[in-house]
Formats: sequence, C-alpha cells, structure tokens
Amino acid sequence: MPLLDIQDLHVEFRQTTKTVTAVDGVSLQISPGETVGLVGESGSGKSVTALSIARLIPSPPVAYPKGRILLDGQDVLAMSQVDLRQIRGRIVSYVFQDPGSSLNPVFRIGSQIKESLQRHRPSAATDSEVLRLLRLVGIPAPEARIKAYPHEMSGGMQQRAMIAMALASQPKLLVADEPTTALDVTIQAQIIDLLHTLKSQLGMAILLITHNLGIVGDLADRLVVMYAGQIVETGPTRTVLTQPKHPYTQALIRSVPQLGANTDHLISIPGNVPSPGAFPTGCRFHPRCAQAQPSCRTIAPSLQDRGDGRSTRCPVMA
Amino acid sequence: MNLLEVKALQVHFAQGGGLFRSGSHRIRAVDDVSFSVAPGETVGLVGESGCGKTTVGRAVIKLIEPTAGSVWFEGQNIVPLKGKALRSLRRRFQMVFQDPYSSLNPRMTVQEIIGEALDIHKLTSTPDQRSNRVQALLESVGLDAAHASRYPHEFSGGQRQRIGIARALAVEPKFIVCDEPVSALDVSVQAQVVNLLRDLQREKGIAYLFVAHDLAVVEHISHRILVMYLGRIVESGPSRSVTGSPVHPYTQALLSAVPVVDPDSKQKRILLPGDVPSPLHPPTGCPFHPRCPIAQKQCQTERPLLREIRPAHHVACHLA
Repeated sequence: MPLLDIQDLHVEFRQTTKTVTAVDGVSLQISPGETVGLVGESGSGKSVTALSIARLIPSPPVAYPKGRILLDGQDVLAMSQVDLRQIRGRIVSYVFQDPGSSLNPVFRIGSQIKESLQRHRPSAATDSEVLRLLRLVGIPAPEARIKAYPHEMSGGMQQRAMIAMALASQPKLLVADEPTTALDVTIQAQIIDLLHTLKSQLGMAILLITHNLGIVGDLADRLVVMYAGQIVETGPTRTVLTQPKHPYTQALIRSVPQLGANTDHLISIPGNVPSPGAFPTGCRFHPRCAQAQPSCRTIAPSLQDRGDGRSTRCPVMA
Repeated sequence: MNLLEVKALQVHFAQGGGLFRSGSHRIRAVDDVSFSVAPGETVGLVGESGCGKTTVGRAVIKLIEPTAGSVWFEGQNIVPLKGKALRSLRRRFQMVFQDPYSSLNPRMTVQEIIGEALDIHKLTSTPDQRSNRVQALLESVGLDAAHASRYPHEFSGGQRQRIGIARALAVEPKFIVCDEPVSALDVSVQAQVVNLLRDLQREKGIAYLFVAHDLAVVEHISHRILVMYLGRIVESGPSRSVTGSPVHPYTQALLSAVPVVDPDSKQKRILLPGDVPSPLHPPTGCPFHPRCPIAQKQCQTERPLLREIRPAHHVACHLA
C-alpha cells in the first residue's frame, strides 16, 4: 500500500466574486522510503498540492470539491481536527523554503526543536535528544547551537535546524518545499547531500518540491512535472531527465544554466505561467510551447500512460 | 580609460554599529579590494553569502561609505564627493536590487516608480514626454505600455525585476551594479532577465558589475570574473579561464556545486565543510584554510597575496 495516495485532487480557492481552481485533477503516489520530485515553475500548483497533504491551507478560502488524499490509508480531507493533529508531525513533516521566516525568531533553536518533541514524543523531549538531532543534520558544535536564536545562524544552518525540527517527530513522509531555493549553491549542495544521507539512514519517504531540475537528479527516484494545476509528465528520474517527453519538461531542463555552454542566449521559457482562472484554452502550455500545433489551442489533452511507469499529457510529442 | 577603477577598497563596520572606538571589534566586510571595469564590459563578482560582494557593489556607487581606498569613475575619485556634485554624477551609475518584492514601492504605480527617476534628474519637461519615456522604457524591457498603471503586487517576480531594470535605465547610466538580480527567480525566468541584461548591454554599451553566487549564470554574462572570500578577492581572470581551469580550491568548490541536470554526469561535488567564518574572527594565515581540502602548514600562518599565474589571471594561494 502506498504511504501517500493522492487521488484525483481538485483544489479551489473561493473568493467573494469568483472561484479559481489551483489544482485540477492531480493523482500521485509515494511508497514508503521513496523520494518523489514534484517539479514546475512558481504558480504551477505544486505547493498547494503539498500543503493539502496535511490540510495546512485555511479553509475558507480553500475548498476540496473532488478527490481524496490517503495518508497511511486514511483520507486527510475527511479527517476531524483532532485526527489531523495526530498525523501532523507523526506521519508527515514539512521543511519550507525560507528558513529565516519559518523559524520563530524569539525562541532559541533548542527550545523550538524540543517543542516538536514535546508534542509527538514527550518521553524523548530531552536536551540529549535535541543534541542527537542537531548532530544528525550535521550542525557542528551543537551544544553551543542549542542556545542560539535563528538570526544568529547562517541560512544553511537555519535550514538544517528546520530539518532537525521536522525529523524530531520521526515522520514517515518529509515534504520539502523548495528547501534550497533561498540558499547559496554551495549550501544547496550541502543540504541535498544531507537529505540524501538521511534518506538512506532513516528510510523516510520524501516529497521534494522544486523548480530547479538541477537538484533532483541525485535525490528523486521518480519525477512528477506540474504545470498550471495539472500533471504533464511522470516517470523514473533518470528517464525523464534524459528522455523527456513533454515540451514543458524539455524546456525546464534546457533552462537550467550550464557551465561552459557556449551559447549567445541562455535558454528560457518565453512568456509567463498562467494564473488560475486565466488558463489558456486547449492545452494550457500551448502559448509557450515550441512544438504547438493548431489543434493544441482547442483540444485539452489528457494524461496518458506510456508504460514503464511513464505518463505524459501531450499528443504531439508521444 | 577604464570606466571604473577601484583601488584598495576597504569597508569596515564597528561591531554593534556606531563609530570605531578603541577596543571595539572591526568587521572587515571588504578588505583591500582592487579591480576595474571597462566601458561596456561585465565583471562578475561571485562568492557565498557574507563574503562582502554586496558591500563592494554598494560601496562603488556610494550607497555605503568606503572606510578607505578610492573609487575612480570616469577618471574622478567619487569617494570624497557629497551633495550636489555626487547627485549629478548619480545619473551615470545605477543599481538593480536582488529582491523584486521589496525593491519596488508597493504604493506607487509602475508609471510613478519609473517616472520618479526621471523627475529627480529633471530629464523630461512635460507630462506627455514623461509618459512617453516611461512607455519606451517598459517596452525596452519586454513589458507592455499598459502595465504602467498597475501596482507591483500585480506582477510576477520576473516582471518586477524587469521594472527594476527599467527604473535603472531611465537615467541612461553607463554603469549598473546588478546585485543578485536573478537569485530570487525561478531558473526559467532567470534566463529571461539575464538575456535582457545582455541585449541591453549590446544595444547601449552599459557596463555591469554582476554580483551573484551561481557561477553558471555569472559565466554566461561576464567577460571577467572575480571570486571573493571573507572580504578579499581570491581569484580573478577572464570568465572562461576562471570557470574552465579554476586554480583556487575555493573556486573549484564553487564550480563543483553548480547544479547539473544530467543524472549520469560523473561530477563529484566538492563539499566544503561548515560555513564561511565570521568576519569578526577571521582565521589566521589564509582565511580559507580551515575549509580547504589541500591546506598545508604554511596556509595556517601566512596570508597569500594575489599574483598573476596566467595572463590576466590572478590567484591568492600558496599552492597555485
């Protein structure tokens, strides 16, 4: 049984004058111990999908008209507040993009980690367990760091502290939403390496969300590519990165700047990600697609299974 | 003649702010930095957070006061300048900031944001002229003239960055400091903004100091690259020379950290342990030695100076 089974998820935001659909029929499974990379540009619906796993978006304005999210067999969307509090931390934990704004600035790191322990593993809410967690995430001289405030640490250290907090409750699934985006490339490399180590040490499943295809190769077993609220391609990481089937995936891969590339212009994706409520007709990617045909403007393609664990939403590039 | 010549620039801060008092600790954010920028050239300045690159960028256009050294802009030392003299020179150099979300006034329309620059320097005389100029500037950065009446929150990060660039271009500068202009954007959008900057350079002959931490982006846009660590330049040279055959172990580590899509690439990332040390307590000898994979005894006690090891390529390392 998959640890996480998102089935045909629809997520709407209900405003006073209108309703917009941010996630439009997304299905995604993660098995225990597996790492899945959820990739796409800002505004594709990936964060909304991820936050829905623990129902972290306030409702209203969010609404779930259709679909289920089965976490360890139970539907999160049908849970009571009491049950939700049980799964948050115990089953699923989060690491967010900007550690500087996710950590509480008026509490020391040690007490923030202890807070997580007190909630989920009260018998282990000790200084020595906090130290063990800080060591686990590679924070040097942890005895001194326990007393540090977030602003006294660098971005990389803050992110490690966030990961320690997330791991304190021993979750089965770690959702990392753009965990390296605000960091320098050298620190990005350190954090990716840390997640890699933790993955093998703890056998934890990871949902890694990012817009940068340069960082998923080492970590993700499978990739799910999202655009404008829909999945456009899935498959084993190596296969999707070396033989992408959807024009959007190809464009994302090409837009990662490469050293030594002797090009006049960096390859970008022209135009902008459409906002929910203003999606193009037909295929949502067609205005920005290099391979678009006339039919792409009128016919909305469906996600097709291509065998070998791959699927894609493009009739032109089959 | 070089457009910009920076000589022995120092920017120090007293710990806890205020003036230097005896006994107070000095933060040597920028310590003895010298370089030049030719007209129409892009010099890339790279390093991790805290290395002093942003401080250099702000100091060379006097947004921060240098503690010592000189900054020669078109043959004139701007460090002692103040008031009117400095203000009139400010047309010649501008800045594009890192955070597209905090560098635009949220209560002003795009028209007002870009128009403000024109007004301060009295570059247009009628409202019509002003609005035509704003439209032309918006079009030159790939935005629509219709966007002029909108507010910053109505735009994406990449679009806001374009507005910031239009604002910098309004006064027709010869030199722009781009402080991490694309770090806050998605990779696919980064390319759009970098390409725009490059096209504008070709068209108008503007020189850039491009401050960033992603070497792949910097390599693409820069003619020369300077690598900074803890307030000093540790390697400098032509772009391809620095990225193709880096000499300093820190540069090598920076290069190896650049994300690569190909899962089969045999690239082994050099993982530097720990963080950049605090500039309050710089290590003895070579400031990089505690994190350096090849450090020797000499590195602990003697600070290496920049020396030329290939034509126009300098490095500060005993083992080069």
